[in-house]
Formats: sequence, structure tokens, C-alpha cells
Amino acid sequence: MADLPPVAENLFSWQDGTPRLIGSACRACGTLAFPQQHSCPRCCGEDVAGTLLPAEGTLWSWTVQRFPPKSPPYAGETEFRPFAVGYVALDGGIAVQGRLTGAAAPDGYRIGMPMRLVIEPFIRRDGTAVAAYAFAPCFPGHGQAPDDHEGPAGAPGEGSAAS
Amino acid sequence: MTGSLAIAGIGIHPFGRNEGQSGLQMAVAAAREALADAGLSWPDIQFAVGGSDSAGKPDTMVSRLGLTGLPFTNVINGCATGGASLLTARTTIASGTHEIGLVVGFDKHARGAFDPRPEDWGLDGWYGDLGMMVTTQYFGIKIQRYMHEHGITSASLARVAAKAFRNGERNPAAWRRKPLPVDDILGSAMVADPLTQYMFCSPSAGAVALVVCHPDLVTRFPAPPVYVRAVSMRSRRFGSFEVFSPSMPVTRGPSPSQEAAQAAYAEAGIGPGEFDLVQVQDTESGAELMHLAECGLCEHGAQEELMATGATEIGGPMPVNTDGGCIASGEPIGASGLRQVYETVLQLRGQAGDRQVDGARTGFTHVYGAPGISACAVLSR
Repeated sequence: MADLPPVAENLFSWQDGTPRLIGSACRACGTLAFPQQHSCPRCCGEDVAGTLLPAEGTLWSWTVQRFPPKSPPYAGETEFRPFAVGYVALDGGIAVQGRLTGAAAPDGYRIGMPMRLVIEPFIRRDGTAVAAYAFAPCFPGHGQAPDDHEGPAGAPGEGSAAS
Repeated sequence: MTGSLAIAGIGIHPFGRNEGQSGLQMAVAAAREALADAGLSWPDIQFAVGGSDSAGKPDTMVSRLGLTGLPFTNVINGCATGGASLLTARTTIASGTHEIGLVVGFDKHARGAFDPRPEDWGLDGWYGDLGMMVTTQYFGIKIQRYMHEHGITSASLARVAAKAFRNGERNPAAWRRKPLPVDDILGSAMVADPLTQYMFCSPSAGAVALVVCHPDLVTRFPAPPVYVRAVSMRSRRFGSFEVFSPSMPVTRGPSPSQEAAQAAYAEAGIGPGEFDLVQVQDTESGAELMHLAECGLCEHGAQEELMATGATEIGGPMPVNTDGGCIASGEPIGASGLRQVYETVLQLRGQAGDRQVDGARTGFTHVYGAPGISACAVLSR
């Protein structure tokens, strides 16, 4: 996977064979952002630095893209297969949106499932492959979950009710 | 108390596909209807504010209505365009610059889901490449989480849509006017889990126009006066979960709907429990339920009982989206917010026909749009 060109530069990198998303961290208030940006959405400061985000977290929420998105902007294959999209709450207080893949695809996901960042090929409309990030269910430290896995009911470390 | 703006005339072009008509033609028809309702002609209008997302520049309407030289401001604020236009008109009149103006919103969209481009929303191309630049995903993800946290069921989502089609049946300007049973709504094609096809509104075409004036002038016009007691608008804060967000903080903050609603209640001195009818953004069924709570009109989780008991029906204690909302009218982005105001004015005048809420004296309107904006208004007789 590391030899495919990435879907975009500065989105993820490899560290000791493990993929990590590249975000930014505010030096003043510690707030994380993804993708990397040059200012802090929370304190408005401009003193931010690139950082690698944690690779594991829990599924905050999800849905399934059941119809082919219009192209452009969608660049995926003409032959469409539904795929899941969700937010994974990573350690450090940031939730990242991504395509969901792995054993639960396309609609076996549950809120609170442990998830891990993976890099997988994304086949573009013109037949070329690029490397894209996604999240897959896992048992923390033990690889991917089996088909019937159901995570705990709530994601840890959450604040108040949804706004 | 009359607020700082009043509605002197209203006009609408029916919503739907409206094949063969441009957005501009619909807007002109709505404007002429509003002018006639107010007993005015175009040269009487001192300023105009117009909104359209996809159907052309609103100020080009002057070529059809007449080249009177008036200042005409164009507004683009996603689904909150109508609210932003009304706010602009309010500010213009409250400043003393002008006394009588026209607010108009119209749109016409292609079939199917919207196809926004990442570069228009401050995002890089990969976000759209991978298939995440899709508004329906956001609504599915948001209501999925909300149902998990607050015990809302799919049956309630279906009841929202069923109510919309029932109300739409009684609204000649609505698009989808055929009632649908709850089971048909639940059984229709899944679009963005847990939301099915008939729980979503569709992009459509339509136009709404309002003649607005200083409150001191409104009794000169033929229609019963309706006052805009408050208008507010907010963008998102850190911690609000919004469409087109590659990331967000895990800890939630206030939503723009919550803050815009509170600002409107504070300005009007009228709040939850005092409205005879409310219109909230119902891009899909879940949005109506979540926005009711975000606007403080019910507790989080109370929507399940509201829907089971018919509390939001016309005739219930808190009628919601009495004209069928976006679900029955479709969504022409530039027109939707003003449609809510049009409906509220009709109801407060007692002119809503088959769907009249008896004795309606106060109403609330709420729009929400990408990339996390909301505008609210409070109206009264």
C-alpha cells in the first residue's frame, strides 16, 4: 500500500509501518485539527504545528452512502458499491470523518465500536489506484474484529449531549 | 411592541419541478403577487434584497420589474439565505435608510442530490474525490448519533414525513401533496442510514417575495398587519457538528440553531411555549426533530412522545411546519427560508385556508444551512 500514490499530499504518513493521519495542534490551547491547517479553530491563534494523530479510536456515528455521489466531485469507480462514512473519536479530543471499511462493511457498524486507521486502495474513475485513508473495526491491539462484533454502547471521553 | 420590521405584502410561486420556467421568471411572478397584495407597484419599492443559490443573480430581476435605480443587494447563505435576506432588510429599515422594500428568494436545482464542490467550501479536492462531499451523509450521521443518545426511533422519523405530506396536501403551493402511510415511508429505499427516500426533501424550484416596511407604516396597507419581532443569524462555533467537516472536536458545543433561536427569543421577548405555530428546517425528518430541541422548543428526547401523540400536527399544542415544510415543498435553497415566513404571515392573517391554525397570533421560523449557519425570526399579529 505504501507504494501507491496518496489521494492527496500531507494527509497521512507511515510511522514504523503504521499509518497516521497528519493534523495540526495549536501550541496555545492544544486543540487538534484535521487536515492540517495554519490557525486554530478554537482560540483563533496562528501558532500551530503539524502533528500525527492517534491511529485508534471509537466510532462516534456513521451512515451508508447508498447512491452514487454526483461526479464531480466524486472520483470513485463508475460501478458503484454502497460504502459507509462516519466519524471516529480519536484520543486527544478530535473526531475525524472517513470512509469505513473492514469486516462490518457496508452497514454492520455500531456507535462505540473500536476503530483503527487503515490505508487502502481507492480506484478512481479512470481506473488508476491511489492510497486513501479509512477506518476499520478492530479489537484494540488485536487486529480487525470479526463480522458479528458489537462495540460498547457509548464512546468514552465524550462531553455533553449532541447540540 | 411591534419590532422593527413589518410585512405589508406576500407572494409565492408554487414549489415543484416547474419545468420550462426559469428561477428568475418565478421570482418575478412572486414579486408581482407580493406587490399586488400590498397594493403597491414596483416604483414604490425603495430597496430590494434577493437570494438565489443556483438560479442566477437576483438583482437581474430589475430588467423585468423595471429599471428604477433602487439599491438591490444579493445574498447567498446556503439554506439560510432567506433568513439572511430578511435580516438585511430589517437592518436597512431599522437604520432609517429606507421604509419600504422587497425581499425575494428563488431557486431552481438539477434533479438528484446537490453536488457542491470542495473548493467552494474551503476544502481540498480529496474530500470530494472520496465521496464525502454529500449533504445527505451529514444528516444520516447526525440523526444516527442523536437516536443513540436520546432514544428516538425510526417510527418517529417516518411520522415527521407523514405529517409533512398531510400538511402539503392542504397547501396549494406545495410540491408533494399526496399523503403517504408511515409504513410506506419506512419501507422506501434507504438513502443514508437510518434515513429513507421519503424522509428527505428534494432539491426543487420555487420563489417567495415579501413587501416589508417600517412598522409605523404597515396599517396603511390592505392586509392585516404582521410584525417581525426579531430576526437573528449565527454561524458555527467550535464544537458544533456541521456538514462538510473533515474533523470536529469530540466535546460538543452550542449549535448555530441554538444560538440564533435564543437571540431571537431575547430580542422578541417571546419564547418557547408562547408560539401558536413554528416552522423549522426539515431537510429530512431527523432535522425537524433535532432542530425543535436545538431551538429550545422541546427537551432532547421528548420528540418521541411529541410524534406519538400528534402534538406537532395542525390542531395540536405546537403545530410544526404547517405548510408541509421542505419535505413536502422541496428545497429551492434561496426560497425556503422565505417560504417559512410566507406561511407564518398567512397563518397570522388567518388566510391559511384548510390548514389554518385557529387563532394564531405568534409564530417562529428557523432555517439551517451549510456550512453551519442558522437564521431565526419571531413574528406576531
